[in-house]
Amino acid sequence: MADTADFTNNAELKQYIGVMINNEQYGIDIGFVDNIVRMQRITRVPKSQPYFPGVINLRGEIIPVMSLRRKFGLEDDVITNKTRILILKPEPQASIGFLVDEVKEVLTLSDSDIDHVSNPDDKTSYVTGVGKHVKGLISIMNVPAVLTEKEAVNP
Amino acid sequence: MDVSQYLEVFIEEAKEHLQALNEHLLILEKEPENENTINEIFRAAHSLKGMAGTMGYKRMQRLTHDMENVFQEIRSGKMKVRPELTDCLFEGLDALQEYVDNIINTQDEGTNDNQSLIDALARELDIGLNGEAAVSEKAPVEPQKEAAPDTDTHQEKAVNAVNYAEYEKTAISAAIASGMSAYEVYVDLQESCLLKAARAYLVFKAVEEFGEIIKSVPDAQMIEDEKFDFSFVVVVLTNADPDALRKRVLNVSEVKEVTVKKVEFAETTPAADTEKETKPDEAVANTSESAPAQSTAKPAQQAPAKAAGQQTAKKAVVNRSVRVDIEKLDDLMNLVSELIIAKNGLASISGDDFAKKEKRTIYNEQIEYLERITSNIHQSVMKVRMVPIESVVNRFPRMIRDLSKKLDKPMELVMSGEETELDRTVIDEIGDPLMHILRNSADHGLESAEKRRALGKPETGLITLNAFQEGNSVIIECSDDGGGIDTEKVRRKAIEKGTITEEQAETMTEKDFIDLLFKPSFSTAEQVSDVSGRGVGLDVVKSKIESLSGTVECKTVLGQGTTFTIRLPLTLAIIQSLMVTIGEEKYAIPLGSIDTIEDIPVEEVKRVEKKEVINLRGSVIPLIRMAEVLDVPGERPEKNTVTMVVVAKGDKKAGLVVDDLIGQLEIVIKSIGKYINNSKMISGATVLGDGEVALILDANALV
Repeated sequence: MADTADFTNNAELKQYIGVMINNEQYGIDIGFVDNIVRMQRITRVPKSQPYFPGVINLRGEIIPVMSLRRKFGLEDDVITNKTRILILKPEPQASIGFLVDEVKEVLTLSDSDIDHVSNPDDKTSYVTGVGKHVKGLISIMNVPAVLTEKEAVNP
Repeated sequence: MDVSQYLEVFIEEAKEHLQALNEHLLILEKEPENENTINEIFRAAHSLKGMAGTMGYKRMQRLTHDMENVFQEIRSGKMKVRPELTDCLFEGLDALQEYVDNIINTQDEGTNDNQSLIDALARELDIGLNGEAAVSEKAPVEPQKEAAPDTDTHQEKAVNAVNYAEYEKTAISAAIASGMSAYEVYVDLQESCLLKAARAYLVFKAVEEFGEIIKSVPDAQMIEDEKFDFSFVVVVLTNADPDALRKRVLNVSEVKEVTVKKVEFAETTPAADTEKETKPDEAVANTSESAPAQSTAKPAQQAPAKAAGQQTAKKAVVNRSVRVDIEKLDDLMNLVSELIIAKNGLASISGDDFAKKEKRTIYNEQIEYLERITSNIHQSVMKVRMVPIESVVNRFPRMIRDLSKKLDKPMELVMSGEETELDRTVIDEIGDPLMHILRNSADHGLESAEKRRALGKPETGLITLNAFQEGNSVIIECSDDGGGIDTEKVRRKAIEKGTITEEQAETMTEKDFIDLLFKPSFSTAEQVSDVSGRGVGLDVVKSKIESLSGTVECKTVLGQGTTFTIRLPLTLAIIQSLMVTIGEEKYAIPLGSIDTIEDIPVEEVKRVEKKEVINLRGSVIPLIRMAEVLDVPGERPEKNTVTMVVVAKGDKKAGLVVDDLIGQLEIVIKSIGKYINNSKMISGATVLGDGEVALILDANALV
């Protein structure tokens, strides 16, 4: 019976992958996430955006990797044992990797747990809201905004 | 019956037939008496009609049918080929092409009846026949002449009477002529009859004992599906006694009433709703093949209707397909079986049967074997993907013919090397750019007939299209013997438009001016025609060809003509490349663009206007320090010699300075993804044997 109750609530419940970037926890909608891989050799791509360290080979597929630290204007990545690449598939034919300090856990948050700070369609803010859960606060990442290239205007 | 599974085959074949029609009609226009050609045309038109009928494309079937009538009269020598007629027929082909295009996109032929065209065809037929009416025999022509109005009725599903299509009438009259009679057998089944279809089948069997069933109402398919009330009509050709026929049918149990009526064309008899079903009649070659096609027309018609709901959602219903020579597939199959053997060979080494040393030699042998197989498989697969360029260029003669009429300039297209093969993906894309260039040649390149005569050139302009393979690329040359490009005119126009300044123009070479033509929105045509001259042409051509990693060049001699040379890579997916290191990084340079590899002493590097150049066997080529261009991190150690890979793009060359050479490698080109900014220098990436990613340099962008 408990299961069915869970299901009925599913409409408002969403799962997020909690990742650490510069000691701050961010939640990424699990719908975007395809895979999580360990840090591996990244091939630099000349003349690409500065926040792209390069590309990796994931089972024969070439995937560009974005450094969220660089994108958010933070200090550059320090590669540790905990560093992970989160593979996202925003579109069926296009994948992208997010370089993060650490992947913590999968969180289930209901809509009421999240304080929205900006419209999800707003491409100017990387965070759509702040979620509250037992262990503290978590910033919900606006993935489409992160993928949009506003820096392109003045490179 | 659902015919959608045949859609692909239909489209492929329809395209082929249309192409054949186009080609042969062109020949016929020049040689109106060529018997082989008219036979070919007739055959193609006839197959097309049959296919369209089978698939339930009635409008297409009808138009083809009317065109076929014309071809038949030409074939039998009753009509002469006149220019107006060929124009009309070409228009007909265009209309058919339109139907096919509609079918490709929506699975439906569209709603254009092309009535005016059908009328025009009928008129041509009339003129053609009446001109020679005295010679021609009246009787067999009769049904042909009725064609247009008659098909009209069979298109809007007529009711009540047993309606005969034109070819059915032809069959019947032919049978009557050979001494047989046609009877309509009206059969009523008892209302208590349970298995109507089975009874009907027995009736059909009984009737067939007497002669040939050419039609039934409703059609055989519907009767089989029990989609009729308790009565149906069978039309039979026989020389037997109608009473005997009636008795035989009455003998079938559960048959209530049978009426046999002789068929005369004027009469109309009430019956159920109608649709045709005919059996082939050998007596009339013309109709025999189209008859079975007709029988499935009705269900086919329903299929698109059912699909109509989904149609809006899905576009381009038809998959792209390649026709493959069965031999190529067999080759591939052989190689795959060899691959399995090689795998087994490798697997067996892991056993304990061999000493360690022995293992190593066997292992090496097997690896070599495997290498051979994989490269053979690669070649085979590439061959499968290869399509002769013919499939693109074969529509050009027709285009040039139309242009010639439209522009009122006599011109001729000579093509060679149509058998040259290119990758399917390239073939699909290359058509438009080529068409652009040809139109350019026809419109701007060639002068008018009067001007040509004044210049002492042959009146008919010559456009040549030549394709051939050269090393790892395919070259398509398109030249005309027209006026050439007036660089002075280009210069004036460019300055006038502000594309370049006077000062810039001073230092520009002839070639630079010609390159201006490839700039967006640049046209020197004084007049904008609907053929070309809007200035959207050559830059589109250039970008399209460059997107296929090809190049386009233009050479011109004023007063003598212009030649466009398109160079395309043979394949796109897998290439041979030279692996080099720059700093710590590995890069691949496509072998196709490499001219030579040189080791040059540092002293020979000279500076001209702050740029490094080198004098290589008489020609001065610029040096490009790849480490700087690519921002490779780390310090460069001073070396006594410079390792330089000389790459060429057309006539231009450049020396790429690299740190070290690794060797030649066959690489698979992959995209580096959507989100990362792709500089023009990087054409993609590839995965090396150890899983590392190496970027592929685009020499074209560097030169």
